[in-house]
Amino acid sequence: MLRINCPFCGERDHSEFTYGGDANIAYPELSAPLEAWIEAVYVRSNPKGPHRERWQHSDGCRLWLIVERDTLTHAITRVEPARTAIPGLMK
Amino acid sequence: MSRYSALALLKHAITGRPWPRAWRDPAPKERYEAIIVGGGGHGLATAYYLAKEFGIRDVAVLEKGYIGSGNVGRNTTIVRSNYMLPGATEFYDFSLKLWNTLAHDLNFNVMFSPRGQILLLHSPDALDSAARRGNIMRRHGIAARLLDRAAMQELVPHLDYRPTARFPIWGGLMQPTAGTARHDAVVWGYARAASELGVDIIQNCEVTGFVRQGGRITGVETSRGRIMAAKTGIAVAGHTSRLGEMAGLRLPIESHLLQAFVSEPLKPLLDYVIGFGGHGHFYISQSDKGGMVFGGDLDMYNSYAQRGNLPVVRDVAALAVSLMPCLGRVRLLRHWAGVMDMTMDGSHIISKSPVDGLYLNGGWCYGGFKATPASGWCFAHLMARDQPDPLSVPFSLDRFARGAIVDEAGSGPTPRLH
Ligand SMILES: Cc1cc2nc3c(=O)[nH]c(=O)nc-3n(C[C@H](O)[C@H](O)[C@H](O)COP(=O)(O)OP(=O)(O)OC[C@H]3O[C@@H](n4cnc5c(N)ncnc54)[C@H](O)[C@@H]3O)c2cc1C
Ligand SMILES: [Zn+2]
Repeated sequence: MLRINCPFCGERDHSEFTYGGDANIAYPELSAPLEAWIEAVYVRSNPKGPHRERWQHSDGCRLWLIVERDTLTHAITRVEPARTAIPGLMK
Repeated sequence: MSRYSALALLKHAITGRPWPRAWRDPAPKERYEAIIVGGGGHGLATAYYLAKEFGIRDVAVLEKGYIGSGNVGRNTTIVRSNYMLPGATEFYDFSLKLWNTLAHDLNFNVMFSPRGQILLLHSPDALDSAARRGNIMRRHGIAARLLDRAAMQELVPHLDYRPTARFPIWGGLMQPTAGTARHDAVVWGYARAASELGVDIIQNCEVTGFVRQGGRITGVETSRGRIMAAKTGIAVAGHTSRLGEMAGLRLPIESHLLQAFVSEPLKPLLDYVIGFGGHGHFYISQSDKGGMVFGGDLDMYNSYAQRGNLPVVRDVAALAVSLMPCLGRVRLLRHWAGVMDMTMDGSHIISKSPVDGLYLNGGWCYGGFKATPASGWCFAHLMARDQPDPLSVPFSLDRFARGAIVDEAGSGPTPRLH
């Protein structure tokens, strides 16, 4: 069982959380060239190893987190609130 | 190599002579006409059809572990073709046709058992959309039968028909020609038949990089040395992104875990393959040994661990006893997981890659076992002729950039939801 240490609620089973995918994906400006949109919508690095990903504590505080997790060992090395981990998110 | 037959069986029984090995174990040559990376069902089927149908026999299949150690030996073996979207219906129907004669083609009993698969329907809405799916299937010549509640009660008596049922049974959609096959036999059968036609099956041989000349890929680096080939095809199931990265490709794929479960053997209990979707995800059949073989959803986060997590065990067990309460006290014998490619539209990729000399076969998601024969056929066609078989045209890699996605579940570019 994965345990995610929510900065707001403490360490909880991952079944309280909802996975939100690769956190390195950012949608480009609407006016960006088509290729940039294809890349953001469809293409993923899908690493075997450390992965920066989004999780929402959906059965807890409901806040979004950025979690650094190894996709081979499942070891979690870092958990941060998305609002501070992603610059400009709260603008 | 001797043919398997009743007579051969009798001869071996009487003389007590040991059976010869089923496929050769050669050392890798320096060069082949074509290399297939990955000794799963798809890689071995590709090699077989290259040799048998497309006249290319100078082929090596390179497998990092032993053949069949990947998903082909880990799946719940359901074979069906009840797809709805143009392209998918035809592709899976072709695969089913190949399944029907596979044991004879390979001279190996793959134990294909077309006992019928029934999709459970739990609301009037579900009945309506199943009627539509059934009509689309029939329109393509695929048998489909809409079953009402009374018919369901007769065919599958052990579902929960009580008024208190968590998922009330309104009916079912049956594909009478669907069923299961023995997964290991599919691996061994393709391997033996391919080897007999001249294909070298090289185990314990991990591909670690590609050899390039100019812009072209002309070979592979492996744990057993460099091996050259004019054409290299990859069929590595959950590891397509990794091989892609070695070739400088970024792909529309995430790797996810799927678990499967088998119970202790029981007396005959379930005659059909049962599928449940929409309010959860569950599928179950009974193996020839009597074990209940079942599974459900992915673990829902990217993973290469090949080892599942407990919340899915709980969810799948909950669905099992909600649908078939009589399973409540049955003991689980084993459970395991496989690493699968999940694509952005839930459909597979059989395609030339943007790099010359490199061909892609991957993105099989939940349903690649049933695709094995058609996938091998189409991939062999593509590698041999440099032109896709019409059946694999809709599944090219560039469909994403063109917006021509094949999204059977209609759930958009979120791989884990397909
Ligand atoms: C639990 C589970 C249940 C499933 N149930 C069903 C089902 O009921 N019906 C259905 O149709 N499908 C099902 N599937 C899907 C199906 O099993 C897969 O889509 C299919 O087996 C994938 O193709 P393959 O057989 O070639 O894969 P694999 O058997 O995984 O073959 C790929 C091979 O590539 C090798 N490889 C990887 N990297 C390298 C490298 N660098 N060098 C050399 N070799 C390499 C691997 O070791 C592996 O043997 C299920 C999958 C799982 C995991
Ligand atoms: Zn929280």
